[in-house]
Amino acid sequence: MRKEQVESIKNDPNFQELVSKRSRFAWTLTAAILIVYFSFILLLAYSPGTLGTPLSEDAVTTVGIPVGVAIIVFAFALTGIYVRRANSEFDALTQKIKDKAKENE
Amino acid sequence: MLGRILVFIALSSAMLFAADAIGGMVEKQALNVPAIIMFLLFVGGTLGITYWAAKRTKTAKDFYTAGGSITGFQNGMAIAGDYMSAASFLGISGLVYMKGYDGLIYSIGFLVGWPIILFLVAEQLRNLGKYTFADVASYRLRQMPIRSLAASGSIATVILYLIAQMVGSGKLIQLLFGLQYEIAVILVGVLMILYVVFGGMLATTWVQIIKAFLLLSGATFMAVAVMAHFDFSFSSLFATATEMKGIEIMSPGGLVSDPVSAISLAIALMFGTAGLPHILMRFFTVGDAKEARKSVFYATGFIGYFYILTFIIGFGAIVMVFKNPEYLDLAKQAVEGGYPILGGNNMAAVHLSHAVGGDFFLGFISAVAFATILAVVSGLTLAGASAISHDLYASVIKKGKADGIAEMKVSKIATIVLGLIAILMGIAFENQNIAFVVGLAFAIAASANFPILFLSMFWKKLTTRGAVIGGSLGLFTAVMLVILGPIVWVDILGNAEAIFPYKYPALFSVSAAFIGIWFFSITDSSDSAAEEIEAFDAQYVRSQTGIGAEGASGH
Repeated sequence: MRKEQVESIKNDPNFQELVSKRSRFAWTLTAAILIVYFSFILLLAYSPGTLGTPLSEDAVTTVGIPVGVAIIVFAFALTGIYVRRANSEFDALTQKIKDKAKENE
Repeated sequence: MLGRILVFIALSSAMLFAADAIGGMVEKQALNVPAIIMFLLFVGGTLGITYWAAKRTKTAKDFYTAGGSITGFQNGMAIAGDYMSAASFLGISGLVYMKGYDGLIYSIGFLVGWPIILFLVAEQLRNLGKYTFADVASYRLRQMPIRSLAASGSIATVILYLIAQMVGSGKLIQLLFGLQYEIAVILVGVLMILYVVFGGMLATTWVQIIKAFLLLSGATFMAVAVMAHFDFSFSSLFATATEMKGIEIMSPGGLVSDPVSAISLAIALMFGTAGLPHILMRFFTVGDAKEARKSVFYATGFIGYFYILTFIIGFGAIVMVFKNPEYLDLAKQAVEGGYPILGGNNMAAVHLSHAVGGDFFLGFISAVAFATILAVVSGLTLAGASAISHDLYASVIKKGKADGIAEMKVSKIATIVLGLIAILMGIAFENQNIAFVVGLAFAIAASANFPILFLSMFWKKLTTRGAVIGGSLGLFTAVMLVILGPIVWVDILGNAEAIFPYKYPALFSVSAAFIGIWFFSITDSSDSAAEEIEAFDAQYVRSQTGIGAEGASGH
């Protein structure tokens, strides 16, 4: 890529919009999974009894089972949320940037 | 406290590697005919695919990336195939069988790295790279030192992982098929060389896809059979299981008791996954960033689903295999008491397959376990061979002037050499304690490969000097701390107390790498450093937009 081309793409408002929106979104989702996972790990380390509490008085199933399954589902759901927005909004912006870059060539 | 750490260590090392809990000495079993027939069908089918793939593998790009022609869905399945090794299938279901809830904790650790790979790594990797992750790490840095370091990290990870897989496969096959250990190891090595040398990435990908499909189908059948037994009620499954093994299995046990080990293990699993060369390489097999992101979505779904199945399978084994006289190891019971099962706890899923589906289904699951090993070692060997041919031969030795055909030839020779090393190491390590091997592979991937890759994509001020010194520091720290840690220093070398008290060094070695890279980059005032920082903008534009990225080749 030539230097002028890099500069012109960098100054393209679509590029700035794409980068700022996508970075914010990606880092927010990263923070979400990290917070959920490390809360789970620290809860296990400092208060293992919490997740071992039965769901109701006469139940065998403990709180930990739905929580554990929920983390797996949550991880998958986050990837779905990211892919959905990236496939529509981010790809549309990327296409605009590419079209403009071609025009300027 | 120490006792709890030891329990944690014992459990997790048993987990990381199936053969570890299968036990040092495995008795050869009688020939398992349905298993052998199904295995021969799998081998015949995959060799057919290799023949088909060989005719389509003409250029280096075909060999390394299947021409970039794999779809997101196919690649997601293949990634899942790479990740769901025999160790995780047998090991995690075995851990659930043994400890109940702790098995679920472990699976979650293996899964949470995937969303992070999607959000931060996958698309940029696809946009910047060609064949290996070193392409990305060395994009704007000096080729020689960065490629050499990245290739060392890749080759070390691949060989360690291969040793673990080969020893595990030898013992597993010995147990399941009644083949002699050496013959089993040689068979795995030779088949893997055939797939990779002739069929390259295209054959390897389809072997992964087929194996993932078979494994998911088999595990689904087992989980459904277990649930049908309990009228699809989890409470009655759990209630019967706790009658057999006690109420403790429903709560967290000793797996995560010490916060430093817990966080260190979490970091090793998350960043290690994002630094495994055979996983990273899979992102170059798809056409563009969009397919790369779809691959992770599908892969995360398959892997998460698989872990939920292994949890049900483990509980099913508690109900149907535990205390069942058919699977009881009488000889071991006479010595140790209790209710040991044949082949050890990691065989729980295999015995369950017999309990729910008889000899035929046991044969199917055994063949799937063998297929799983073959698929994983093929992916690993291809990644190792690419590091040798693309990073060391073409970029370091030939300074980027090698032609594609020569490079592919080197890659094939490297595959054969790696295959032979894997066979020899597999035989040499048969009766060695290799519990540290997979942990070390993850630690190196997390401490050397991942920090360089990550910072090269996101941090403008990274320089060659910072990456080389910091990356080496991470590699060195990881290796040293594993040697001085409890597994090697105490269990293998026989010292009384470990110099470094934790089994997982990642918290310390990853920090060392990041701090080292940061410090030696910001204090680098050379002219080349200024050029490297200057070159970031062009790299950033390409990584974000895909303009100038490697496309799919037309077929």
